[in-house]
Amino acid sequence: MNRAADLHGDGGLPLEFSDADQGRHILGVWAFLASDIVLFCCLFAVYAVYRTQVASGPSPAQLFSYPPVIIETVLLLTSSFTCSLALYEMRRGRSHSLIALILLTVLLGAGFVGMEVHDFASYVALGDTWHRSAFLSAFFTLVGTHGAHVSFGILWALTLVVQLLQRGVTPVTARKVYTFALYWHFLDLVWVFIFTFVYLTGKLG
Amino acid sequence: MMASLLHLLFPPSVRSPLELGSDVAIVLTSAAIVFVLTRYRKWGWLWREWLTSADHKKIGIMYLIAAIVMLFRGGVDALLMRTQLAIPNNQFLNANHYDAIFTTHGTIMVFFMAMPFIFALFNIAIPLMIGARDVAFPRLNAISFWLFAFAALLFNISFVVGGSPTAGWTAYPPLTELAFTPGIGQNYYLLALQISGIGTIATGVNFLVTILRMRAPGMTLMRMPLFVWSALVTSVLILFAFPALTVALALNMLDRLFGSTFFTLTSGGMPMMYVNLFWIWGHPEVYILVLPSFGIFSEVVATFSRKRLFGYAAMVASLVAITVLSYGVWVHHFFTMGAGPSVNVFFGVSTMLIAIPTGVKVFNWIFTMWRGRIRLEMPMLWALAFIPTFVLGGATGVMLAVVPGDYQFHNSYFLVAHFHNVLIGGVVFGLFSGMYYWWPKMFGYSLNPRMGRWAFWLFFLGFWVTFVPQYFLGLAGMTRRMYIYAHGFGWTGLNQISTVGAFAMGAGFVVLVYSVVWSMRYGERDVTGDPWDGRTLEWSLPSPVPEYNFAQIPTVTDRDAWWAMKQQAPAGAAAAPVHLRPIHVPKRSAQPFGIGLSFFVVGLGMVFSWWWIAGAGFLGVIFCILLGMFEYDLHEEMSVETIRETEAAMGRVGA
Repeated sequence: MNRAADLHGDGGLPLEFSDADQGRHILGVWAFLASDIVLFCCLFAVYAVYRTQVASGPSPAQLFSYPPVIIETVLLLTSSFTCSLALYEMRRGRSHSLIALILLTVLLGAGFVGMEVHDFASYVALGDTWHRSAFLSAFFTLVGTHGAHVSFGILWALTLVVQLLQRGVTPVTARKVYTFALYWHFLDLVWVFIFTFVYLTGKLG
Repeated sequence: MMASLLHLLFPPSVRSPLELGSDVAIVLTSAAIVFVLTRYRKWGWLWREWLTSADHKKIGIMYLIAAIVMLFRGGVDALLMRTQLAIPNNQFLNANHYDAIFTTHGTIMVFFMAMPFIFALFNIAIPLMIGARDVAFPRLNAISFWLFAFAALLFNISFVVGGSPTAGWTAYPPLTELAFTPGIGQNYYLLALQISGIGTIATGVNFLVTILRMRAPGMTLMRMPLFVWSALVTSVLILFAFPALTVALALNMLDRLFGSTFFTLTSGGMPMMYVNLFWIWGHPEVYILVLPSFGIFSEVVATFSRKRLFGYAAMVASLVAITVLSYGVWVHHFFTMGAGPSVNVFFGVSTMLIAIPTGVKVFNWIFTMWRGRIRLEMPMLWALAFIPTFVLGGATGVMLAVVPGDYQFHNSYFLVAHFHNVLIGGVVFGLFSGMYYWWPKMFGYSLNPRMGRWAFWLFFLGFWVTFVPQYFLGLAGMTRRMYIYAHGFGWTGLNQISTVGAFAMGAGFVVLVYSVVWSMRYGERDVTGDPWDGRTLEWSLPSPVPEYNFAQIPTVTDRDAWWAMKQQAPAGAAAAPVHLRPIHVPKRSAQPFGIGLSFFVVGLGMVFSWWWIAGAGFLGVIFCILLGMFEYDLHEEMSVETIRETEAAMGRVGA
């Protein structure tokens, strides 16, 4: 699996698209992501309505602080970049650097989740739990749902590493890496909206 | 300790004769099933052939059986309600009991009867109609089924263990908040629906990809049978509607189990948030339920009129139009929220607009019949019954869409009559039509038509007798979910007529079940595979269909592909396949059953807030998902020899 020529099916398609079954899986993941977007849209809508409903609790501007959020953002955006590099290496048939880059992606993702958990814990330590206000309920649910998605993605990526070690880059493993990458970029995109819509406008407004 | 556990599991509300009777019936039925399976050594067969199968046809049959069992449960609920309402001041059911029963009736009929019935027919017919060997993701298909099946189990045990939900099938907060509905009944509702909802979204993904990617060569989108079109748009509706339900249920669950404040007014929460989310899912859901029936009618009316469907392109366009419009009407479920005239008028008008594409479809079915050679077989009978019934339901729907009128009709029996009119007249009649239509394809024999006619007339006339009086009850001021009423309102007579009708429908159901049992032994066998002189590809196959469906994938040259083949080669249309090659069939697996079971354990643990059980179930879920992620090849090869033998046994291969 070292020669690039082996990594393309008929008509020069990338390996993950080389047979119909893999193509179906990729379309299936797109369909799932479309559905997942609606889930996040609903959570964003709930947050949009509730962000002024602070009751006796803190307002967004009082609650948020920039430094941890900016570090989280950098970690997650970088992980998306390493994830793209992983795909690039996969297309060039370099399975070792592919695995290394997936592990790096996982590491950055884990850093993100760790920061977020720490962030949440510091809010809770101050007594700002979601019992206090509808705003906090909506905040923890929206951002927490994203964090749960990232955590699941980490587990997913680790299964890929094991399978790549076992089988190398084949149409099936290439498709699995590719669909994981779709999912990971999607989470990155959702985070961009969370960062803008929750943290930036929350702090400014 | 033991006493408090017993009190939790069996609170006073589940210790009335009705529940105790159900307990006895459940124990006896389960014992009988276990006895029969053990006596005839069928456990291994059940496990290998059914519970671990990923064959879309078997999954379809399991969905169908589950749907009919749930129709029985929901139907019994309905008869209990009608019995309670038959006379004024009736003491048959108390208020709490009545609340539990209308809640489970609605929830079961929508989520655990209609949805699986639809998925049964999708599973059985769609791959065959498009010339495919299975769905796109057979394993995921089995996972969807087991999520549904275990969710249905979880919901149904609430009746005898811990107490049923009592807040209506829509479960609006603040009533469903812990402060106003303590106890665990509502948790059953939230968890069971959440679990089955995950399975439903997976089914949406599955059929979308199946239809877009697995059609036989030559079957362009505009050559697809209308039922396939309806499944396609239904899948899209599921993908973009169900997440809203997921969120609505999740927020309510977080409030109840984890103390968040989404719907607590004092903390800034807003109960109307739930209502909006619920109906953003809920109205598309109405079309998720009814569009498949529209698809079935299009197949049935064309087949039994021996004509091509009239206005195919308009039929497709109206399906798509309904799909798009259905997302813009949800506020009509709560005009009385007081969103203001401009908002209400927008949603009133958008609701009325849906009547246009629906009307187009009704006219096209009628024009298809016009000058056709109509045969009044059972599927056609249900299709014919549908038209006037659904038109009345649609017309009263337009009445409800008139905003000032709605302030009068809202939450009255007028509304109850309207939605039963569209959901029974539209959805259930369609599903029965489809069931009779594809029954020989599923099982290899037809259902007895004489008994079928008895069931049909009892159910059809019973339907009108039940629900027409309810329109007038609504106009006379009777509100829904009312468990008792006094003398002197002028409601008694109408209620009694309605109850008589309901029991006629129940009798129709009993005849239907009897006809199934009878036909199993004596029903006419389908030896040709094409008992109705069908038009679409499923009728080109023998009945029941072999595991791999098509020994050789057909090439489609026209709409109504099978009809075209029969025209070209009238005698040997079911031509013997020439070039057989090995076929990949889905491997069977215990993983889907394991996922369903693990989710059941999670659900049960969360219902009772037994976190160690929920945690164990969650680990099971993760374990099963990881198993699936490490799977490399979900298919196994079936050799040419096996295929040739199977085909020969069905008389399909010459050499």
